[in-house]
Amino acid sequence: MIAFEQVSKWFGAYQALVDIHETVAAGERLVVCGPSGSGKSTLIRTINRLEGIDAGRIRVAGRDIHSPGTDLNALRAGIGFVFQQFNLFPHLTALQNCTLAPRQLGRASKAEAGERALALLDRVGLAHKADALPSELSGGQQQRVAIARALAMQPSLLLFDEPTSALDPEMVGEVLAVMRDLARDGLTMVCVTHEMGFAREVADRVWFMDAGRVLERASPGDFFQRPQHPRAQQFLAEIRRA
Amino acid sequence: MGFLEMIDTYWLYFLVGQYPDGPLGGLALTLLLATLGLLLALPLGLVLGLARICPWRWLRWPVTGFVFVVRGTPLLMVVFWAYFFLPSVTGHKTGQFSTMLIALVIFDAAYLAEIVRAGLQALPRGQMEAARALGLSYLGALRSVLLPQGLRHMLPSLVNQFAATIKETSLGYIIGLAEISFIATQVNTLVFTLPTQIYLLLGATYFVLCFGLTRLAYRLERRLAQRLHTP
Amino acid sequence: MLSFDVSLLLAGPYHEMLLAGLRLSLTLLAITLPLALALGTLVALLGLAPLAWLRGLALVFVESQRNVPLLAHLLFWYFGAPELLPEAAKEWLYGQSFEAIAAVIALSLYAGAYMAEDLRSGIRAVPRGQLEAARALGLGFLAAMRRVVLPQALRHSLPPLISQTLNLWKDTSIATVIGVGELMYQAAKVESASFRSVEAFSFATLAYLTVSLLITGLAAWVQRAYPPRAA
Repeated sequence: MIAFEQVSKWFGAYQALVDIHETVAAGERLVVCGPSGSGKSTLIRTINRLEGIDAGRIRVAGRDIHSPGTDLNALRAGIGFVFQQFNLFPHLTALQNCTLAPRQLGRASKAEAGERALALLDRVGLAHKADALPSELSGGQQQRVAIARALAMQPSLLLFDEPTSALDPEMVGEVLAVMRDLARDGLTMVCVTHEMGFAREVADRVWFMDAGRVLERASPGDFFQRPQHPRAQQFLAEIRRA
Repeated sequence: MGFLEMIDTYWLYFLVGQYPDGPLGGLALTLLLATLGLLLALPLGLVLGLARICPWRWLRWPVTGFVFVVRGTPLLMVVFWAYFFLPSVTGHKTGQFSTMLIALVIFDAAYLAEIVRAGLQALPRGQMEAARALGLSYLGALRSVLLPQGLRHMLPSLVNQFAATIKETSLGYIIGLAEISFIATQVNTLVFTLPTQIYLLLGATYFVLCFGLTRLAYRLERRLAQRLHTP
Repeated sequence: MLSFDVSLLLAGPYHEMLLAGLRLSLTLLAITLPLALALGTLVALLGLAPLAWLRGLALVFVESQRNVPLLAHLLFWYFGAPELLPEAAKEWLYGQSFEAIAAVIALSLYAGAYMAEDLRSGIRAVPRGQLEAARALGLGFLAAMRRVVLPQALRHSLPPLISQTLNLWKDTSIATVIGVGELMYQAAKVESASFRSVEAFSFATLAYLTVSLLITGLAAWVQRAYPPRAA
């Protein structure tokens, strides 16, 4: 589904991604973890071109996303992205946040978009808040609406950039529950997160990143019980200590 | 002539100038000029403001240059340029009203461009990212997500700009436009003995208009801050 | 297309007139700027006084200045205010070049009101603990303000104050309405004497833009050299 071919990226003199060469299979649930500054957020943002790359190639569904003929907006419409800061549109209700893109991009009529949005809000447990403005919702509720919004475009791939990092601890659970539920659907999911419990339960595979490189890739069981790379061992030890 | 007598004789002249026996003047002209000026400047200012932050350099640079030049020049200079050169550009003699109107539109558009630019740049970066991540185009994102939020934030600034435009109309005096400052001086020449009172009255008229508007802008700002307050 | 005769601007009587105008404009700026700053500081402090009527005074001053156009202020000070003086004083006043004095008064008061607001918000940006700490050491209110709060407040106020200086510079052009021989006045005179409007107004525009550029450049430098210190 996703292929990184020798991908590198620099921010000025600093190399954020160093020669990333990996693949993500269709339907796979991947968790990317690592210390701050390891490049995991940068990596996930290159998939829908919120960040560009300086070397290498990225393929989504077999197509080079940087090739000259690529329709950027169509690419993004097929990929769902959930932000750490939610980024809901404050001037629109929860329902309107979910129907904006389908209607404006001509994918659905007002009625169809509304029906689908309501179904999705129901799925994330917020059908009763369909007419609420983001300012009237808690952080956890906003993030769940953000997930519904990403799903409204019926994407084939879902990306989560630290979806629970900005939430108060008591709200993390409700968002993870939604993500766990989604994982059962068979969608390809890539999730950058610190929530190791979630990774253990849901992920098919875990990538450990540090200093711009993928240092270890393993099943959750193997990664959490028998980490191979010394940096991964160090990272897990620190997490357990915390 | 006493103060009250002066009011009694000239109140209509203050309000509408020589109308209907001549062109519109006085307070009515001031308000008409300010309203028309701001209304026409708004779409131009919006376009210029968007151009100031668009990703295309060929558009951004000339517009930035234009805005900088207009904002670095006194309004009176813009009025004089319009006054002396509009006739040769348009081919026929341009009246004082049209001259003043065009000068105001150009001048205000440059200031509105900055208000638009600041209003859009104050929005969190995540809004544009979220909109683009959903697949909306740059213009689509502007239209559905950024501008609706931005314009709401800009409303107090726009009301303040209207108050500023009312004050700007006073420069029409210098090219002989019969707006309220000009009328006041006319009356002063006729009456001769009440300059203090006449000019205080002139000041009071502007004060009522502009103070009212700036208070409105202040209330709008407060209401806006309350409404968008996130828990 | 009109021919542009640069030689006109570089030497000769018109050149002299325009330069004299520029000199007077710069002189006006040089005189009114410190006056406006001093007045602004005084009014800003009044606006923070413990006595309500002092605060009210500051409010009345600021609002009455800001909601009336500068042109109306100039007309008032030149035509209206002298009437309040005894006859002899009035005679003497008009014997001097009173228009320049009236312009200085009007410009200083007008700019002072805007600067007062900028200084007030600068003072408010200084954490309250600073004043409290100074008072706790035994300093009186004014001393605390002068030694502790104002120096810090100035750094916050610097950008808007420089913006007001820019406005003050452009506003000197309006003094032309009461006959002050500054740059705008001279440009118009050169135009009516020689009919070379393009050259005259280009000179004036360039002069205004250059000084505006210098002031803006100064602003950028100051902001980089003296940013507000973190508490």
